[in-house]
Amino acid sequence: MSELIYQLRNISKSYNGRCVLRVDHLQIHRGEVFSVVGPSGAGKSTLLRLLNFLEPPTSGYIRFLDAEFGPDRPMPLELRRRVTTVFQRPILLSRSVWANVNYGLRLRGQRDSAPQVKAVLEQVGLAGLAGQPARTLSGGEAQRVALARAIALQPDVLLLDEPTANLDPYNVGMIEDIVRRLNRERGTTVVLVTHNVFQARRLAHRVALLLEGQIIEIADVDTFFQSPRDRRTSAFVRGEMVY
Amino acid sequence: MRGLVQAFQLIVARDPALFEIVALSLRVSGTALLFSTLIGIPLGAVLGLSRFVGRRLVIALLYTGMGFPPVVVGLFVYLLLSRSGPLGQLHWPVIPSLFTPEAMIVAQSIISFPLVAGFTMAAVMGVDPQLRQQVQALGATRWQTTLTVLLEARVGVIVSVIAGFGSIISEVGAVMLVGGNIEHRTRVLTTAIVLETRKGNFDLAIALGMVLLLLSFLTNVIVLWLQGRTFDE
Repeated sequence: MSELIYQLRNISKSYNGRCVLRVDHLQIHRGEVFSVVGPSGAGKSTLLRLLNFLEPPTSGYIRFLDAEFGPDRPMPLELRRRVTTVFQRPILLSRSVWANVNYGLRLRGQRDSAPQVKAVLEQVGLAGLAGQPARTLSGGEAQRVALARAIALQPDVLLLDEPTANLDPYNVGMIEDIVRRLNRERGTTVVLVTHNVFQARRLAHRVALLLEGQIIEIADVDTFFQSPRDRRTSAFVRGEMVY
Repeated sequence: MRGLVQAFQLIVARDPALFEIVALSLRVSGTALLFSTLIGIPLGAVLGLSRFVGRRLVIALLYTGMGFPPVVVGLFVYLLLSRSGPLGQLHWPVIPSLFTPEAMIVAQSIISFPLVAGFTMAAVMGVDPQLRQQVQALGATRWQTTLTVLLEARVGVIVSVIAGFGSIISEVGAVMLVGGNIEHRTRVLTTAIVLETRKGNFDLAIALGMVLLLLSFLTNVIVLWLQGRTFDE
């Protein structure tokens, strides 16, 4: 777990002059499940957008593998395609489940993607719904399609933005299980953003608390939950933080 | 009723005069629609997806264009292309002369492209803005993202093309002005209807009107058939 996949230095992100994220220093290791917890509006999703190179930071640089991403340095497409995100509210294309899962592979010009799509659909338990229009699915099924279209790409990094918010326990368990296996079996680096401390505890190797756009504490999962250094972490972990 | 019978007879008898008029109508309006689609869909996509200085002004102009009286467009094109007009006096081979099908195509393109662009823009803006970010997160380039959004808005985009076609196949003012309704050269269905009505040949005028309606109906049926699965979704 020693190889670094991301290094963030003096990153800030502002919208209309308002700074919503400031990270002086953050490292993410290859193959780890790194969770960012914090209340709504803390800047968690902004951090994920930066990590997926969807928006440049206002200042600072993100080092990803051998490349640097910054206000004046876009990330090359080839490297950008090694990272993908599953969003809290998945927007599926108004096509079949199969076409949705195949979408990212088609973008990459990959032919003969059928075996890959089939395997991924089986993995998320949706093989029987392959021909179904994606917009007719339930919330849990739609989120599993979103996860399937992401993992079909075999990314180096999987970013998860509150992937199980508003889902029933069955779907939550299933999605967590898939993420866990993906990390263990394929060594995929996972960055999980959640306000659900229980989920972070179940999945993560390391956890960070983000408050008002700043990282308060980063620790391995046991330390974070059992003996955090910062009193705000203790309060958040105990569910006592008022926000 | 006699008009209906005569329309049927003209079609069954493959009346050469009628078929010539129909062919020219389709050629002029089809070519104009092709141009306005090639300009209108990309313009609508750009206006719907990007933000730039002057965007509101372009949209305001587009909305004005959508409601522009065709006869005014005809007058504008007439003045531009007339021998003493700014374009006509250049005598460039690419600039069409007045009273030709090409001049009619120019006028009809100007009439229909704001409709294609405006409806495409509305359709693109109706697609969830989150979709763009999500497809980019899946590795789409800017071009692939635009194409995906257009495909998601395909029902609206098809409607924009149908609206564009509807606006020109049934248009009379502009083609009358710039085409001149010359027999065997620039006579199309609408101008022929006007002429026959003026001559008192109401049966033939109704027959031509029925053919026009049928043509419009068939075009829509073909487009809907081609996109059947899309509309069923």
